[in-house]
Amino acid sequence: MKLGKHLLGIEGLSKEEINLILDTAEKMREVSERPIKKVPALRGKLIVNLFFEPSTRTRSSFEIAEKRLSADTLNFSTGTSSVLKGETLLDTVLNIERMQPDAYVMRHASPGSCGFITNYIKGSVINAGDGPHEHPTQALLDALTIRQKKGGFEKLDVLICGDITHSRVVRSNIHLLKTMGANVTVSGPATMMPPYIERMGVKVETNFEKALSQKDVVMMLRIQLERQEKALFPSLKEYFLTYGLTEERLKLCDSKCIVMHPGPINRGVEISSEVADCKDSVILDQVENGVAVRMAVLYLLLGGGEDETSN
Amino acid sequence: MKQKEIKRKEILNAGGIARSLSRLALEIFERQQGQKDFAFIGIQRRGVPLAKRIAKKLKEMEKLDIEVGALDINLYRDDFSTVGTAPVLRGTNVPFTVEEKTIILVDDVLFTGRTIRAALEAIVDIGRPKKVELAVFVDRGHRELPIQADYVGLSLNTRREDNVELHLIETDGKDSLILESGK
Repeated sequence: MKLGKHLLGIEGLSKEEINLILDTAEKMREVSERPIKKVPALRGKLIVNLFFEPSTRTRSSFEIAEKRLSADTLNFSTGTSSVLKGETLLDTVLNIERMQPDAYVMRHASPGSCGFITNYIKGSVINAGDGPHEHPTQALLDALTIRQKKGGFEKLDVLICGDITHSRVVRSNIHLLKTMGANVTVSGPATMMPPYIERMGVKVETNFEKALSQKDVVMMLRIQLERQEKALFPSLKEYFLTYGLTEERLKLCDSKCIVMHPGPINRGVEISSEVADCKDSVILDQVENGVAVRMAVLYLLLGGGEDETSN
Repeated sequence: MKQKEIKRKEILNAGGIARSLSRLALEIFERQQGQKDFAFIGIQRRGVPLAKRIAKKLKEMEKLDIEVGALDINLYRDDFSTVGTAPVLRGTNVPFTVEEKTIILVDDVLFTGRTIRAALEAIVDIGRPKKVELAVFVDRGHRELPIQADYVGLSLNTRREDNVELHLIETDGKDSLILESGK
């Protein structure tokens, strides 16, 4: 089976394709445990990391994945690039394209920007977050973590809580979890709940404590502090009192519930320190799985060769 | 236009495969005699069950406990950039140290030698064995690299365009060695 040429989102991926990525990622984990953490699979491939928005976790995770597969990497970030001098996205891409890259890993504030550049380049594009649209590798690493801890997705009750409107992580996760057969509930203040979200096949429950009841997985989203200026909620303290995940509230979930967070966490805003550091928290496992998932995606998109070895 | 006919011929059945494997195991035992610091690493996919079977025979015949690992060489291939699908990864799992050991690589069919080249590179990334040897079930010739097997279950004369398939119960549901040749 072959993945498409690009990974622009989870929407449209089949169950088989998602399983192929997760199975491949599981095999990639072994590479990171060796004394020599490197394989020559993508030797000679040039991958451009094009980040128009700040990112530490995703970008370093991609960069490590690229290095573990022996690809050459080129990093562009807005802080140091000619975007500051007024160059458009398309001009930037057209210039880089002449350096013959094999793939772009791109993050940009505009939804659809990754899809847009596919029309102008020869290589593959991997979406590392395009505005509030999608962040596919985040959903895949979340899925790998869930599968490791829960064994599968069928009939799993998952709650996602936070700023649902502005979150690309939510959209990618809903597509993935629904495709894999899980039940998804979303929670958060009504001001952060997009209209018609039920159409994605999720249940909406703005009462956080009701929403937590019997859940197998709770995914807390980062409250972007800059949103407070837009008066989406009165104060950080009030947000924590109403939607913060505390030890008390965690008891409402299934006793084997796992706590997830895409990071970076705001302790005392969406999650208490005790919960973030508790034994049910898999937040750091998510980070670890990020490298394996990104290695798998790069391998599957850029790796070629005949299906059977020629002995 | 005359259609190209493909002839499929069974070279060995289950019994024949079992006898060849016993012979291979005995040969390995004789050559390794006196030193027990050797281990098998099977090359994914069919080298792994083969390695396990040889280890089992050594256990039955000589009461030897030999460790078995699995090596996936797909991340080390030299034909990676050619058009096609990324090969399915089956994973590397070598649950023992290879340092100071004789490692016997096990594979089903030795043909161009490119798989073995990749395997040698992969092994060196895991550690530094004292020695690496190669055991194959079938050597069908047509090498493209200077690589030889130390232990061969069966040598087979083939044409370059022929196809040799070793089917095993563990991977294919049945033991059978098949030669496919275009007429």
